[in-house]
Amino acid sequence: MSRKTYRQAINEALAQEMRRDPTVVFMGEDNVGGMGAPGEDDAWGGVLGVTKGLMPEFGRERCLDTPISESAFIGAAVGAAATGLRPVAELMFVDFMGVCLDQIFNQAAKFRYMFGGKAVTPVVIRTMYGAGFRAASQHSQCLYPIFTHIPGLKVVMPSSPYEAKGLMIQAIRDDDPVIFLEHKVLYDDEEEVPDDPYTLPFGEANLTREGNDVTLVTLGRMVKFCNEVADKLEGDGIRCSVIDLRTTSPLDEDTILENAEETGRVVIVDESNPRCNIATDISALIAQNAFDALKAPIKMVTAPHTPPPFAPELEDLYIPDQAKIEAAVREVAAH
Amino acid sequence: MATPSGLQLPREDLLRAYRMMCDIRAFEDRVHEEFATGTIPGFVHLYAGEEASATGFMMHLGNKDYIASTHRGHGHCIAKGCDIKAMMKEIYGRRDGLCGGKGGSMHIADLDKGMMGANGIVGGGPPLICGAALSAKTLKTGGVAIAFVGDGGSNQGTTLESYNLAKVWDLPAVFVVEDNRYAESTASVWSVGGSQLKRAEGFGLPGRKVDGQDFFAVYEAAQEAIERARGGGGPSLVHVETYRYYGHFEGDAITYRTPEETDEVRAQRDCLNLFRERVTAAGVLDAAQIDEIEAQAKALVDEAVAEAVAAAPPGEQDLMTDVYVAY
Repeated sequence: MSRKTYRQAINEALAQEMRRDPTVVFMGEDNVGGMGAPGEDDAWGGVLGVTKGLMPEFGRERCLDTPISESAFIGAAVGAAATGLRPVAELMFVDFMGVCLDQIFNQAAKFRYMFGGKAVTPVVIRTMYGAGFRAASQHSQCLYPIFTHIPGLKVVMPSSPYEAKGLMIQAIRDDDPVIFLEHKVLYDDEEEVPDDPYTLPFGEANLTREGNDVTLVTLGRMVKFCNEVADKLEGDGIRCSVIDLRTTSPLDEDTILENAEETGRVVIVDESNPRCNIATDISALIAQNAFDALKAPIKMVTAPHTPPPFAPELEDLYIPDQAKIEAAVREVAAH
Repeated sequence: MATPSGLQLPREDLLRAYRMMCDIRAFEDRVHEEFATGTIPGFVHLYAGEEASATGFMMHLGNKDYIASTHRGHGHCIAKGCDIKAMMKEIYGRRDGLCGGKGGSMHIADLDKGMMGANGIVGGGPPLICGAALSAKTLKTGGVAIAFVGDGGSNQGTTLESYNLAKVWDLPAVFVVEDNRYAESTASVWSVGGSQLKRAEGFGLPGRKVDGQDFFAVYEAAQEAIERARGGGGPSLVHVETYRYYGHFEGDAITYRTPEETDEVRAQRDCLNLFRERVTAAGVLDAAQIDEIEAQAKALVDEAVAEAVAAAPPGEQDLMTDVYVAY
């Protein structure tokens, strides 16, 4: 056990799985960096350094740089997965899904079904998401509801370094296509992470706080915000449960419903835009299955229905933050 | 013009090639007839007329070699060794079809045979083939991977990106542009800017254009490209000039070309007739053997249709299965 950042946790998961299984390879733009250039080898390790240091150990055959050509290399990762490798492809920013989505949702996601159960496509697509970097509209979106909508994909959103390592190892070992979403603001977060490999299960939410008054259902970076709000409100006598979904597909419906029935008061915190997102999905789930237990209307705290803005003042307003979450919790608690 | 290397093929290879072509023709002609009766659901896109292309390439491949196909995939499937009866059942949407009735004509696939699927997305295959070629290279299987695209697919960014990726990764891949003159209703002389070979050259790929009605010409060009890829010489492109006899899809009124054009190709440039004339003139196969192969192909397809018509559809228990390996 030692303190590791979110970035280091993911890097360590990759390294350990690459040591264990020679069919694991990774690919992406500048994932090693400096290919063909006169400077250092292993120049970047990806734009945020997640894969730094792996090439010297595993070699260029398994650590593949690509041209800026997402359709081709995401498709290649899918094709390689269907033919014997376990590729981990990096789609640098999730906002770039638009240029390669066909290879994800029409090819990878559907092979198994369309081919009558014969295809196994163990590809992991790592991608960076989320606001908070002043990176503006085309580098700050969440978009995970779009992947969640698609049958055949699994969608994973680690909320901390510990979660990131265990979920990444699970993702690599999983036989289905996995979209692994890394929040760009979390890369330097640090906590105790076991040195040995371990997995965390998909479809099993993690209850990070337990309380009988209000249920907070959340994911990704918002887990941290919800934990902070829960800790603060405990002092005011409002005891919250916080459910970290870990994966939106599969979704742990049982944990959500059991907890919602217990508290009767639910706030869903989802960083994505509000239409057809995870919050609306879970709200519908609870409304259909736990209506009688509700003591207050379900509240949703999300980004507004706008692209992520650039100006820091505007981006701060855009992001669901602790103040908005606290206000929502107080409102349902008082209902 | 006869290409000596082709005619020097062992007799059993000539028989095998002709059988592949006849199986495809019989299959497609019969699907055309049956589709008109309304018994086949959905869309089908037939390969009749282009048989020499699939056959010329697939004669060089084994199960460790992968191909990705197009909307017009039946011919590639048959040539790659997919079971014809299971294919017919799939096209009819039957439970014991090749894909359990969940794929249909546009998604027919058999990974055990190295067939990565017909593809409902134009240009969907080339990136996948870069992946299959990467697997072959990384796992040192000795395999190669071939992407078939039409003249329509040759204009997709995925195809052009894949030329580049295959080149910079030095993959054992071959890109085959089957130019049957029409992408849906649009002529390739209009839709393709520049030339297929110069496009290849621009990405550093050797390219070669062949008469796709001439099995022996395709066979030889395919051999060169596949041996290059298998031997570590990297990716290349073959531009196959061919022709489809039926419409883009069954039900297409084909108002964008003249019946005379099609009649002329059928009469003078039909790939089965040319093969037959060539091998009988050279005395390497006799007419009786050729006739027998044709009769066997028709009989096999007759059986396939009869079995497919009688086969059971999938049921409610099949709707939710095979979305995931585990969920």
